[in-house]
Amino acid sequence: MTRPPPRPGRAPALLALAALASACAHSDMSAVDPAGPQAGRIAGMTWYLTIVGTVVFIITIGFLLYALWRGNRRVESYAGEGAERHIRRWVIGATAVTTAILLVTLVYDFATGRALARFAEPDALTIRVTGHQWWWQAQYIDPDPSKRFETANEIHVPVGRRVRIEVRAADVIHSFWVPNLHGKVDLIPGYTNTTYFRADRAGIYHGRCAEFCGYQHARMDFLVIADPPARFAGWYRDQLRSSVPPADSVRQVGEQVFMGTRCAMCHAIRGTEAGSRVGPDLTHLASRGTIASATLPNTRGHLAGWVLDPQSQKPGVYMPPNQLKPDELHALLSYLQSLK
Amino acid sequence: MASTEAHLPAGLLSPAERELLHQTWSDRPGFWGWVTAVDHKSVAKRYIFTAFLFFILGGLEAAAIRAQLARPENHLLDPDQYNQIFTMHGTTMMFLFGVPVQLAMAIYLVPLMVGTRNISFPRLNALGYWTYLIGGLFLYSGFILNTGPDAGWFSYVPLAGPQFSAGKRVDVWAQTVTFTEIAALIAAVELIVTILKQRAPGMSLNRIPVYVWAVLVTSFVVLFAMPSVALASMMLAMDRLVGSHFFNPAEGGDPLLWQHLYWFFGHPEVYIMFIPAAGFVSDIIPVFARRKMFGHTALVLSLVATGFVSFGLWVHHMFTTGLPQLGQSFFTGASLMIAIPSGVQVFCWIATLWAGRPRFATPLLFVIGFIVLFVCGGITGVMVASVPFDQQAHDTYFIVAHLHYVQVGAFVFPLFAAIYFWFPKMTGRLLSERLGKWNFWLFFIGVNVTFFPQHFLGLMGMTRRVYTYLPETGWGPLNLLSSVGAAMIGVSVLVFIANVFLSLREGVPAGDDPWGAHTLEWATASPPPPFNFAHLPVVGGLYPNWERGADAPVVTGLGNSHREVLATTVMDAVPDAIQTHPGPSVAPLLVALAIGVTFITGVFTPWGFVVGPVLLFPTMLMWLWPRRKPAAERAWCEERV
Repeated sequence: MTRPPPRPGRAPALLALAALASACAHSDMSAVDPAGPQAGRIAGMTWYLTIVGTVVFIITIGFLLYALWRGNRRVESYAGEGAERHIRRWVIGATAVTTAILLVTLVYDFATGRALARFAEPDALTIRVTGHQWWWQAQYIDPDPSKRFETANEIHVPVGRRVRIEVRAADVIHSFWVPNLHGKVDLIPGYTNTTYFRADRAGIYHGRCAEFCGYQHARMDFLVIADPPARFAGWYRDQLRSSVPPADSVRQVGEQVFMGTRCAMCHAIRGTEAGSRVGPDLTHLASRGTIASATLPNTRGHLAGWVLDPQSQKPGVYMPPNQLKPDELHALLSYLQSLK
Repeated sequence: MASTEAHLPAGLLSPAERELLHQTWSDRPGFWGWVTAVDHKSVAKRYIFTAFLFFILGGLEAAAIRAQLARPENHLLDPDQYNQIFTMHGTTMMFLFGVPVQLAMAIYLVPLMVGTRNISFPRLNALGYWTYLIGGLFLYSGFILNTGPDAGWFSYVPLAGPQFSAGKRVDVWAQTVTFTEIAALIAAVELIVTILKQRAPGMSLNRIPVYVWAVLVTSFVVLFAMPSVALASMMLAMDRLVGSHFFNPAEGGDPLLWQHLYWFFGHPEVYIMFIPAAGFVSDIIPVFARRKMFGHTALVLSLVATGFVSFGLWVHHMFTTGLPQLGQSFFTGASLMIAIPSGVQVFCWIATLWAGRPRFATPLLFVIGFIVLFVCGGITGVMVASVPFDQQAHDTYFIVAHLHYVQVGAFVFPLFAAIYFWFPKMTGRLLSERLGKWNFWLFFIGVNVTFFPQHFLGLMGMTRRVYTYLPETGWGPLNLLSSVGAAMIGVSVLVFIANVFLSLREGVPAGDDPWGAHTLEWATASPPPPFNFAHLPVVGGLYPNWERGADAPVVTGLGNSHREVLATTVMDAVPDAIQTHPGPSVAPLLVALAIGVTFITGVFTPWGFVVGPVLLFPTMLMWLWPRRKPAAERAWCEERV
């Protein structure tokens, strides 16, 4: 699989809770293992809320247990004018402390929200991400039309540069979420939402759809691949190219299979007759590490299984099964794997 | 006029008069009596029983969900079945269990607690139950016929719209919601009138028990929240049935409109379940702490404040939809603010336990469990009120954990406390304490084992509503742990069911007041007679059953030969008028059936809305047909004039 090895957590060892919480940071898709300033800000807020919340919980439940223990030892209820006054002081005090904590939280929340909004700056790389049931279309936008291209499910970004993601939905509501980079933003039909993030470490960051969107909501993943700027520039140049007509005969047969069967009715391969936009653009399929919306590794075996019977991998998906003769399949796979 | 003559045995009922009163207020015997019942206790008991059946069905769906997610790439359920099951789980728990059971408990308890003979509109009350029952049966018929809704319990459009949810699944959901709205609005109206106009003489506003206040606040919340979802579900049904485009962006509609309308109802709905639960707790704690509640006024004001602020929170379900940040910050403020009245209540509860001498019977155990779970769910609630944090936590298992801590902890636990507390009043027998303790500990540990790990799953990236996940995600162990916890909850509910059935047969007889409780329902027999109180009590304080002597004043002079109810003034509960209540009738059932035909046919053809009124007209006519007073009643009235 394409997942990076887990990184050590940065959990403070103060609380027993943090031990389990640091297990979160070991996860591949951790909200408290930030790789950029946005997720970093939110992770700071998360730690603040978790620690304050844990302390408040322990104190409140401590009082509850003490109250039960103390009450259990009473011979007579503590009542009367003086008792009420005494209790009232404690309850008012506790309420005042609660209110103070909430006010501090509110101010911290506003400050964090403000800081996140400030990351919106104009020199960003713009990528338009459109959610489909159940895959992600990614269009790299540039003022120069010759520098625009489209890909799917794997979004490359340069390390250290601000990225502006413009999200739209083609059918139902989806939600774009890469926990290591930023919180989520919804893709809503009829609306264009925008989010910004920056990856400060090279790596592969897992993202997924967070809003229930039908049968394959569970398998609507994507990858954000943060490359060092030079490598990203190389990738960008490669992606701009159209596909090259195959030279050898097997792949030529494969191309004919693609154009002559249902494949071309949904998928586009730039440089060929196939130009449909229903399914993911396959111009550089072989340059991607995954297929099926980042849920299967892009190997010949998985590709074969996917082409023949997508329903067994992702029941309900819109791609129909394809009945191909073994040699046709072989040729088609060779062709697809040549689309670097 | 009824008088509040004290120490006048002459005015009290003779055994023969008591027998007459019994006959007057009883439902008729047999099957016919069952379908015509209008006694609030009969209706409420079947309401509660039905709601618990749906609780068990919703629990079985939860068990299926946890079984599927126990390990990665499990093939127990396919995505289609999974989507139906989690939608049914949410819809059942919210619409067929949560709101109805709270209103049903109120329908049983409120008339007894305020000291009156029946709920204010007895036939309307019966109609509410029948409508709810038809709605629930309709939803489950759909589910059995593979037409169970599958777009989630909040049915976001356009996924739930005509284009992406073909067939009748979402229509079944939308109409079920309509049925439960009608039932909830009916209950709200009659509870408000009962509380404001039928309190026993002397029960001025400052002497109303906290639970009754809670029901009053809840009923107003229902009144203002339900129309929003009624409108939304009707618009959805129209989009699907007659091709309107309220939510279709291609035709100028707006998918976000649905979310606003739905959550404007959906968030207060949480409080429709929680506010009465807090009321249970505030009336149970003094009984088991053997001390008057500290801070009665603060508790009541907290409930009222919660009711108001609950309408200012809905956008915190929409923090990721790209709404303007300034607008969102108001909802963050309100979401944090609602923690203050909740905190005040928790502090008052703890203070009362501290100052009292707690007696650790099962109801108090459930209350203590509630406080622990509620504080935990409240704190995660404060966390998700923060926009930046919520953008990470939204739609993940962190939210699933939070909402279950709040729903199970702050609603189901107090409900179980209430069932253990009032079961003797309803049935005349106590539930077993030993099974009760098993029930509590299995439940409490089970809930924490199930839901606590889900906080971490959420922060590890596990989104909600996924039918499966890959082993590489590393979510397997915590999910397995969560499923083990769910099994514990299942065992705990089985213990509860066993306890109910065993105790009904051989439980310890309860007597009038097994707990030494303070509210009026304990001043009558267990189970209460059809007329509730032979003589309506006169209330002189906040703890009537603790403060009343043997010779406390009672109300005399209400008729025995027909259903007379005393109406009192809103503020001071001074006797105001005598109202004659209607008796048993089959009309509510017929009207409910006509409503059922209307909405169920409406799923398939708009002609349903033509057929419906045609059926409704004769049934309503039957309901409203003027009644000639029987001779005995006329004689009584003339004599009194």
